[in-house]
Amino acid sequence: MFNDVILRKNEYYDSVFLMSINNKIMKEPGIIQSAVLMGSTANKEVLKDLGFSNDLIDNATANDLIVAIAGDSPEAINSIKENLTAWLSNVKSNQADIEIKSLKQAIEKNPSANMVSISIPGEFAANEARMSLTKGLNVFLFSDNVSIQDELSLKQLAQQENLLVMGPDCGSSIIIGIGLGFSNAVRQGSIGLIAAAGTGLQEFTCMVHNAGYGISHAIGTGGRDLSDDIGGLTTLAALDILEKDEKTKVIVVLSKPPGKITLHKLSERMKTITKPIIGCFIGAIGIIEGEGTIFRRATIINEAVHFAIDEIGGDFSESKTPDVVLQNIEIHFSKNQKYLRGVFAGGTFCYQAQQILTNAGFRIFSNAPLKKEDKLAHPDSSQSHTFVDMGDDFYMIGRPHPMINGSQRALRIIKEAKDPQVAIILLDFILGFNASMDPVGELVEAILEAKHIATAEGRQIEFIASICGTDGDPQEIDLQIKLLKDCGVTIFNSNAAAVLHTIQLLKELNHG
Amino acid sequence: MDKKENQIINQPLIVINLGLEDFAKNLEIQDVEVIRVNWKPPAGGDKQMIDLLDQLL
Repeated sequence: MFNDVILRKNEYYDSVFLMSINNKIMKEPGIIQSAVLMGSTANKEVLKDLGFSNDLIDNATANDLIVAIAGDSPEAINSIKENLTAWLSNVKSNQADIEIKSLKQAIEKNPSANMVSISIPGEFAANEARMSLTKGLNVFLFSDNVSIQDELSLKQLAQQENLLVMGPDCGSSIIIGIGLGFSNAVRQGSIGLIAAAGTGLQEFTCMVHNAGYGISHAIGTGGRDLSDDIGGLTTLAALDILEKDEKTKVIVVLSKPPGKITLHKLSERMKTITKPIIGCFIGAIGIIEGEGTIFRRATIINEAVHFAIDEIGGDFSESKTPDVVLQNIEIHFSKNQKYLRGVFAGGTFCYQAQQILTNAGFRIFSNAPLKKEDKLAHPDSSQSHTFVDMGDDFYMIGRPHPMINGSQRALRIIKEAKDPQVAIILLDFILGFNASMDPVGELVEAILEAKHIATAEGRQIEFIASICGTDGDPQEIDLQIKLLKDCGVTIFNSNAAAVLHTIQLLKELNHG
Repeated sequence: MDKKENQIINQPLIVINLGLEDFAKNLEIQDVEVIRVNWKPPAGGDKQMIDLLDQLL
């Protein structure tokens, strides 16, 4: 194997663009491994873990581009070197056109700006967010790797200035019908949402839209907001905003279970709100303070959607668009096939699916488990029934999120299909702004290969999928559903519906 | 003391984009005015230097 490292001084690119360059390199003949990263301290550690280390890397700064390549011949590496400038030049010319180099200059350019969207590396994000707040801007903070201390101080500053900090690690928000980050094209309406998780926000808003209703605003808070470390500062600020908003007729709070102190604080605040409130705390066990009196409790997202539509006097029907496609085929599992494997792009889908299956009496192992004792020894090694959150940091080192690129999920699907004990593979597909333009297309080959592997060994694997999207999304939902249908996948319009169908099959398996 | 109300839902969004170019593009698709920043790590990415500059400014 031949290794080489290319350093380009003072050339900064965003991470999504660099991942697209990495994908290009990986598709070239003779390339075994590559990493295309800025030379930040964290990235240098990643390169070291991947086996790349030399003086060039050691001396690189966060402003320098590093391209590390391993190939089977010097020619394979040289070919990359020859093409690299051309591949990079596309974005370089675009960047050169942007004269604004700082937040300060951007505000000078348009003093009416009222929001900043921050998706830069986490180590620099808190400073920019802080500066934004002092300039009176609301913050959509997509960046992760922001410390909990920084999160708290940013949210305290926002509280003082009466501004909103959505995040850190906020995947999605919808403000006045405008989708920020990963979000879907949903109609405006009277249901307001406050959500800790990006894919949870997407599932809820898509289901409301697909049932024929609309969203006033869906405010993302970041996953740690309702922890006792943060005390729900963004959730409380969002409650204030939605309470005053005339369009919002019902408010839904969607999150993992809040911290004990924060839940009490939240309950106290909910008591004074004049609008109906629905609390959906996925994974919460037992009675929650205030349920039934202060707020109506939903256990899963579908139920929260149902209750919200009910509160505005509507009628919820899950079977509206997109249509559910049940494949009318007889399934022939062999006697050794007994396990379910979930390979998820969305963290909330992995989590909610575990909750529903656990409640139905199944034990699910995961890299993101409900209970510590169900944690996989290694994310790559499935055991019994396993759900993998492919958006876990473990899979994201130097690689795109599975919502942007399905290549890691494709590999895992094939790996699961090789296990003779696997009967069912459960998937999720997420459409919308900033997601992959062809999430199903990226996995079709892997699904067909997985089926082929099983058939060649006299087995059959049943694929079940949920699709999170709307008819307004850029990916064309009908086309995505058709692709799934054509390769024999049973499709549902929500994660929960797909899981309930899976449970039915598992029960048949156990009795068979 | 009365705090001024957050006007975020009462006026059109005008967004400054720091980071992923796709985020800016997808906002523009939704007819949102976006001010793009050609962001680079300040002070050559030297965290200590950034903290020092922040204190000075």
